[in-house]
Amino acid sequence: MKKDRILLDHGSGGRMANRLIAEMMLPLFDNPMLSRLDDGASFDIPDGRMAFSTDSYVVDPLFFPGGNIGDLAINGTVNDIAMCGALPLYLSAGLIIEEGFPMQDLEAILRSMSISAEKAGVKIVTGDTKVVPRGAADKIFINTSGIGQIPEGVNVSGENARPGDKIIVSGTIGDHGITILHQREGLSFDAQMKSDSAPLNHLVARMLNITKNIHVLRDPTRGGVATALNEIAAKSNVGIRIRESDIPVKKNVAGFCSILGLDPLFVANEGKLIAFVEKRHADEVLRAVKEDSCGRDARIIGEVVSLHCGKVIMETAIGGERIVNMLTGEQLPRIC
Amino acid sequence: MKPNAHYQNPAFCRSLADRIAEMAKGQIRIMEVCGTHTVSIFRHGIRFLLPESILLVSGPGCPVCVTDQRDIDAFIKLAGQDNTIIHTFGDLMRVPGSSSSLQKEKAEGRDIRIVYSATDAIDTAMANPTKQVVFAGVGFETTAPTIAASVVSAKRMGIDNYSIYCTHKRVPPALDALASDRDMHIDGFLLPGHVSVIIGRKGYEPFFQKYRIPSAIAGFEPVDILAAILRLVEMITEGSPALINAYPRAVPENGNATARKTMETVFDTCDARWRGLGVIPGSGLAFRDEYAHFDAARRFGITFPENCPPSGCQCGEILTGKITPPQCPLYNKACTPVDPVGPCMVSSEGTCAAYYNYAAGDDG
Ligand code: SF4
Repeated sequence: MKKDRILLDHGSGGRMANRLIAEMMLPLFDNPMLSRLDDGASFDIPDGRMAFSTDSYVVDPLFFPGGNIGDLAINGTVNDIAMCGALPLYLSAGLIIEEGFPMQDLEAILRSMSISAEKAGVKIVTGDTKVVPRGAADKIFINTSGIGQIPEGVNVSGENARPGDKIIVSGTIGDHGITILHQREGLSFDAQMKSDSAPLNHLVARMLNITKNIHVLRDPTRGGVATALNEIAAKSNVGIRIRESDIPVKKNVAGFCSILGLDPLFVANEGKLIAFVEKRHADEVLRAVKEDSCGRDARIIGEVVSLHCGKVIMETAIGGERIVNMLTGEQLPRIC
Repeated sequence: MKPNAHYQNPAFCRSLADRIAEMAKGQIRIMEVCGTHTVSIFRHGIRFLLPESILLVSGPGCPVCVTDQRDIDAFIKLAGQDNTIIHTFGDLMRVPGSSSSLQKEKAEGRDIRIVYSATDAIDTAMANPTKQVVFAGVGFETTAPTIAASVVSAKRMGIDNYSIYCTHKRVPPALDALASDRDMHIDGFLLPGHVSVIIGRKGYEPFFQKYRIPSAIAGFEPVDILAAILRLVEMITEGSPALINAYPRAVPENGNATARKTMETVFDTCDARWRGLGVIPGSGLAFRDEYAHFDAARRFGITFPENCPPSGCQCGEILTGKITPPQCPLYNKACTPVDPVGPCMVSSEGTCAAYYNYAAGDDG
């Protein structure tokens, strides 16, 4: 691309659009289904159940330590499919770009989409690009949808938590949300933070290899671990007990949260999962999770009980007890 | 979460709680004045460790909660002016005024920005010379000096599109108002750590001499809070009231004189209206004449209606510890964090929010 900014013409469907696709996108996402450039992709599907999911990405800032909107858009949908217990296969990607968007940034975003897709082992088989006039969108929005295959015998759902289940979290919580807040607000705390954005499908496959008795899988994105646990407690009509001292939080994330009056339990993650696993398999599954590069800091943080149905109760680090509620809106930093 | 090693040590906390239980005779009512204490107490489950005889009641120390509805309406009015940028701390966004909130106004397209310090507002003012930048000044002695410093530097730099709508308040006069209220029955005060960093232990001396109610300045970690409660319980049971500093690692005897001087350069004390508590003499901060130019209320001619429409919110009772949130008829019914009636349900330091989020329905 010689021109250094996106023009309205690039979304016209005409020659400029074709050039954008041919010169920039196809080399990155090369696969036979996409290169046919038909109106849609056609492919055979395996027998059995499929999972299908969609999500839109509007993150600000677009680039942050540990990733950008591109890998977030791939990992997010890959993870949503993986949380159904499915093996993600194909994705679609729709881009809405604001006129004047730097071509260089677009290339960087597309490149990380391609790298993430490769890492996850999924193919982007169909896509769309629209350009809207300046001011009609904020820089770039990305929608991805995807489908995956659910292996025989897997039955994962937010309704399936059972008393006795152990709750595994795959690593430190709050990394993504705090990195974004830190970056967006240009806060000058001296803290090295990095988003945890990562595809979790290989981790899930590893876990399902140990046992099919995984009842619930969730990636605690917006609303954080607290919101995910509350949703599961309500849907499965069970009580959940967690222990504060077992919940992994990076030191700098914890420090930042305490300065701003935020609770890491409510902060978004993009590369972590929560799993509800039948008790007898829990230790073995935990070991498998820890062997994965996405799960080194995994811990069992609590269990499902048949008391206080619908509620999440936490034993605090000092030995007290309290309720963990759902997040209402965005967490807003307090007045000190 | 790795407990902050020393100050969250479970065994130490337990032993402090045990000693409190041994010491305490009969019902003891302790007010934690500060909203940060309220949240810390709930978040760490401190009430769970304490014996039933110790009753912790929350006080008026959440700056957002004590901001009068008319002041909230004034922020909203200012946000509605053309060519105006409002800067605010995040906590204020969702607080309902009589007909809107800053959050709703932002959705309507008003330029309202969440900032972390007043210096951010100065940067905005310099970057937008054709606009008026108004800072929603809410807070106690902790925030007032930073606001004052921003005004001093704005004056020095000749920035004249920056102003403050000042609702800053002072804690000691509010304590005086609480202690003089005959319905209060407070046996001891847990005094706010952050405010004390500025005013020092000395700042409470006149209040203490007047009422001689056991008072302890406390930090915010579980060990800080429990240790201060233990000292209060000792004083209460032994009948030997004192004003002590149980947070010496942060609070100097005389506070921070430089910060107070900046504050006094810009502000004079005035009477102020507290939500639910009414007008408390000498509890507010008003611009001195030399800085009157920075007073947004004066600059934009903001006036108040004499009465504000009743909302049914019992924040006044909550803020003086007379009732607990579940005793408010609206709690968890008409009033929830999603659809708040009063600021105590939205502010991150509000008592009703703390009950809702950490105690969900029980009486705490
Ligand atoms: S529950 Fe709501 S209405 Fe009642 S006092 Fe609290 S904030 Fe006000």
